[in-house]
Amino acid sequence: FGALLERRELFVGPLPEQDASLGGDYSAQDKYRIWMRHRYGDCVRCLGELMGHDAFQVKELALCTLMKFVELEAQYPLIKIEWKGTLTFPCDLLKVVVDGLLPTTEDASLLISRFQEYLEYDDVRYFVMKAVTASIGQVMQKTKERPLPFYQQNVFSLISPINMPNKESEMVRFMVKQVCLTHCLQFCFKAHKQVFEKMWLTFLKHKLPPGLYKKVLVILHDSVLPYMNEPTLMMDFLTVAYGIGGAISLLALNGLFILIHQHNLEYPDFYKKLYSLLDPSIYHVKYRARFFHLTDLFLSSSHLPAYLVAAFIKRLARLALTAPPEALLMILPFICNLFRRHPACRVLLHRPAGPADMSEDPYVMEEEEPSESRALQSSLWEVQSLQNHYHPDVAKAAAVLSQTLSEMEDDISGLLELSASELFDREVKKKAVDVPLEFEQVRGLFGKKNDIFAEHFSLD
Amino acid sequence: MGKAAKRKKKVSVPSTARGSVKSAMAVVKSNPFEVKVNRQKFDILGRKTKNDVGLPGVSRSKAIKKRNQTLLKEYKEREKTNVFKDKRFGEYNTKITPEEKMIRRFTLERQQNYGKKNIYNLNEDEELTHYGQSLAEIEKLNDIVDSDSDTEEKGTLSAELTAAHFGGGGGLLRKKVSSEQQDEEEEKPKSRKELIEEMIAKSKQEKQERQTRRENALELTEKLDKDWKEIQTLIARKTPKSERKDKEVEKPKPDEYDMIVRELGFEMKAKPSERLKTEEELAKEEQARLQKLEADRLRRMRGIDEEANKKRPNHMSADDLADGFILDKDDRLLLSYKDGKINIENEEEKEEEEEEEGEEEDNENEEESQEESASEDEEDDAADGHSDLESDHESEGEAAENKEEKKHKANENESQNAEKLDPKREAAKSELPYTFAVPESYETFKSLLAGRTIEQQLIILERIQKCNHPSLAVGNKAKLEKLFGFLLEYIGELATLHLPELRTIDKLVLPLYNLCQMFPEAASDSIRFILRDAAHDLEEVIEVKGRATFPGLDTLIYLKIVSLLFPTSDFWHPVVTPAFMYMSQLLTKCRITTLQDVIKGLFICCLFLEYISLSRRFVPELINFLLGVLHISLPKSQAQGYTVVHPFTPVGKNLELLLVCDKEDLKSWEKQNVPLSIVTRLKETSKTEINHTRLSCLALCFDLIKKCAVLYESLPSFHEIMHPVRILLTQHIPVNEYPEKMQEWYHSALKELENKVKHYTPLICEKKKPVPLKQYTPKIVKVLEFGRKQAGSKKEQERKQLIQRHKRELKGAIREIRKDNQYLARMQLSEIMERDAARKRKVKELLGSLATQEGEWKAMKRKKWKN
Repeated sequence: FGALLERRELFVGPLPEQDASLGGDYSAQDKYRIWMRHRYGDCVRCLGELMGHDAFQVKELALCTLMKFVELEAQYPLIKIEWKGTLTFPCDLLKVVVDGLLPTTEDASLLISRFQEYLEYDDVRYFVMKAVTASIGQVMQKTKERPLPFYQQNVFSLISPINMPNKESEMVRFMVKQVCLTHCLQFCFKAHKQVFEKMWLTFLKHKLPPGLYKKVLVILHDSVLPYMNEPTLMMDFLTVAYGIGGAISLLALNGLFILIHQHNLEYPDFYKKLYSLLDPSIYHVKYRARFFHLTDLFLSSSHLPAYLVAAFIKRLARLALTAPPEALLMILPFICNLFRRHPACRVLLHRPAGPADMSEDPYVMEEEEPSESRALQSSLWEVQSLQNHYHPDVAKAAAVLSQTLSEMEDDISGLLELSASELFDREVKKKAVDVPLEFEQVRGLFGKKNDIFAEHFSLD
Repeated sequence: MGKAAKRKKKVSVPSTARGSVKSAMAVVKSNPFEVKVNRQKFDILGRKTKNDVGLPGVSRSKAIKKRNQTLLKEYKEREKTNVFKDKRFGEYNTKITPEEKMIRRFTLERQQNYGKKNIYNLNEDEELTHYGQSLAEIEKLNDIVDSDSDTEEKGTLSAELTAAHFGGGGGLLRKKVSSEQQDEEEEKPKSRKELIEEMIAKSKQEKQERQTRRENALELTEKLDKDWKEIQTLIARKTPKSERKDKEVEKPKPDEYDMIVRELGFEMKAKPSERLKTEEELAKEEQARLQKLEADRLRRMRGIDEEANKKRPNHMSADDLADGFILDKDDRLLLSYKDGKINIENEEEKEEEEEEEGEEEDNENEEESQEESASEDEEDDAADGHSDLESDHESEGEAAENKEEKKHKANENESQNAEKLDPKREAAKSELPYTFAVPESYETFKSLLAGRTIEQQLIILERIQKCNHPSLAVGNKAKLEKLFGFLLEYIGELATLHLPELRTIDKLVLPLYNLCQMFPEAASDSIRFILRDAAHDLEEVIEVKGRATFPGLDTLIYLKIVSLLFPTSDFWHPVVTPAFMYMSQLLTKCRITTLQDVIKGLFICCLFLEYISLSRRFVPELINFLLGVLHISLPKSQAQGYTVVHPFTPVGKNLELLLVCDKEDLKSWEKQNVPLSIVTRLKETSKTEINHTRLSCLALCFDLIKKCAVLYESLPSFHEIMHPVRILLTQHIPVNEYPEKMQEWYHSALKELENKVKHYTPLICEKKKPVPLKQYTPKIVKVLEFGRKQAGSKKEQERKQLIQRHKRELKGAIREIRKDNQYLARMQLSEIMERDAARKRKVKELLGSLATQEGEWKAMKRKKWKN
């Protein structure tokens, strides 16, 4: 069919019905062409069905063939060109491809990754985005708010790697070299962006499963937001995400930050919300580095009230009582930095004129409102406890707080990504000059005095 | 000039004999033409000038002499290639001591002579020697040796002689004069030579006299000896052997004298060793050692650097990491270590108890071995009953001896005792060879131990250790270090078996400990290696699967062994700190899906508690895990007043792992120890038993919480740490459903938690040393020495000094080189002059001879003419 398309032997223009054409008053050549056109249609339909085949190779071949058709058809349009400079791109054919790529029942990420190379072309990308938007609208309407995890997963994996060009001049890679088309697309770079934006908005309008939610949020701030015409449109989505709580809120923070920072978004009770985000899991989740990087940014303002910073410090320290050493090594310099920025909070560490003895910690952990938490009346006993931590570096870092702080802030960017295994490797690599030995003579595996094991475990 | 001369002096003084130089100097100094005085412009009081007087002539002559010895020689030999080689063995090797050198040479000589001798001459009369002297010689010269000992006498006797030798000629002369004036006044002018001769004669006479005296004494002593021998034989017949010791006290004098003589004769040989220590002394020493070690441990626990300690040994508080309260903590630690007993005597008692225990163990071992020997002897019984009886007799005697030895060495460890018991064990296990080579690979090691009983394996290991003690051969150290690794691997393998042989491991820990004591570095390295591998495995699993599982029993055992071999209370330790990190990772990263996981996790919790039992360090993971364990013992739909953290989730599928619903099982449960083998396989298929295990875990968890509470009560935020656990215990745990015993555990744990008084004191920073204000009063520096620069820090001063010294040396070197060149030029010039002079002389001679020839010829001619 490729050859036929090249020879322009397929019927051009609006297609008459097969039966009608046979009986109609067309010339024999025209009849042949019409018939061939019908067969071509059948072929495309078959290929579209094959996209849902079990074997991956079949799918891949079908995909490649269809894209070849797309290319050829765009070059030799089957529709009559009514006037010069019209958009002649086989949208219907591409629709077939996109539908094949986005099955509702299975994961097609492999096929989609194969499809990536076509998305490098600007024109293809443009029309695919359009097709996806339409497809989402259709499918979602059909299913009526019923979440389709596979479908959404596929859509996500199709649209997430789309990288938009940064400048108009970069839009030079086209699948089909057509003067008019190029001209047109260059002209409407804005339209390109608009389509992109529309696609994302339609995608995010619908409820997402939590895993996908996180993924979306992870990429949102650097591969989506910069390319939107109106990033503020994302505000609704981010606000909702921020309100969900847990890890999703942590991730939404990043997008929200961009909106606040660059687009003058006014967010009421932002710090209160941030404060309530701090719970024991923040030291354990995967996105710890990102979260603390942002928290550091938010708390770097010197115009924050002391009570707020004190509440943050106290809460972080309280939560640090359950943290693993790698997080502790990060959070202790973090707290140090907060003290340096906000000298008014130093009463937490140094209160020479306070009451000699208290029966209760004045700080109220359960209080949602930082101003009500009475953090400034408290002291950082948590850090004092951490001075007894089993890890020598943590103990040292905690001991720093009980001395007078130096003026320079610590650089915590290197500590944010610290992982437990790195920490372990660092310990193992340390060379020891001499190795102290246990001087108590061993008497068997559980033979020590007051051995806990002997009480609870037996050797058989 | 003067300066140079002085330096020369300094250099040359050590090289030549001091006395001669001094005398020469005296002569020179007295000669005013040699002295050059450096005139001083100003006289300054109190300054010592060194360079005011120089001796240019002397120094120059010295320098020339030195050059004559060195440079001239080199110059003369400048085109000669043959070199004198000293082939004497080890002549210039400073590493060999002179004795050794002599021994080597001697052996070389022997070897050279060996082959040439007549091979049929069997009794080659070799000279027997003692301390390098032939024995025959010694016998011959016995008198001389004795005479040496008489030197004292000699010294006292001939004061005259010494005066003659050392008193100087004049004095003697005068004395002689005075004494002889009375006798023979007319013979006044007696020459010095005569005097000396006289003296020699006198001393010879004296010597002879002394010799005769000594011979007499010798004869007498010999006679006495003879007499004594006669008597002795009589005594010996009468007294039985056992009483000989008593008799020895009563021995008559001659024998004592004899003994002393003999002792003196062999004094060099028999050096007195340290006396055996009594039991109390040993105990005291042991106690002192333990105290020192304990003090050491405490220091390490606080993480004080040794350098810092050295610098300020008494000033503890400044170095402490945790301020203030560490002092009281210190006391408490000591108390806890001594198990509540405060005074030292108690500890001593305990030590003794331990020793007794050790002895008991030994005795048990003995019994065991005896039993074994008996059992194996039974087979031999039939063959030879009599010999068996005899051997029994002997072994009894040996046992008695052993007991005696034990009294002396109560503190010896098991291995040494086992050594003593060896003869018996040998009888029992005749199939075990006595010596073992250290296996080179793990396979050979395994095959060595395979199929043996635990005791046999222990003995094998012990013998390997003995036979290859590092003091015996050079390579043994490395071999034994390898053995440690093999042993560890073996233990790991035993633990991973389907039926883990934990009893064997239990016993194998002992040789492991001994080896570790011998080679701490190698042991720590191999354990670190294992830990590193384990940690990397864990990381890989996390990367691949996204979640980790608990490691096998072998890793757990390794972690346990770490706590046995190394002190876990150190602030930083090359092995223990990584172990801590690894365990923390296990508790935070590993998913809990089965009951085994819970048991493993609790095992690690126990390990943590053991590690920190002395140092009381804070381990957040421990509390988190215990909280999680409590959490999974609850039914799902519980209201929450706490939050659980990773790896536990508030909602999920792995909840209710420890939940027990069956009332029957609840009733029938009894507290029992959890067998470790459960970790590798869950043999209980019945639901009841599983439930029982669950309850055991829960009980263990309660106990651990209690222990944590006891350990952490001193932490300022104890209540915050324990808050979630307390809430869970008080509000959620269905106490009443649990069996009574469990309720006891529960209540004791809760009591520990709630008993603590809430007590907060506001934090106060450590006071910084106040920085003194800058002042404008002039700084007054005491001038210690004029002419030297005072300014600058110590480092700066040192640097300046070095620069100055370098400059001086450089100048000196240049000067030396210049002088050398001058000297060489002079030498060359004199050579040339010499050569020219010789040539001139020769030419003159030739010319002369020619002239005479000519003259003669002319004379002849003239004669002819005349004739």
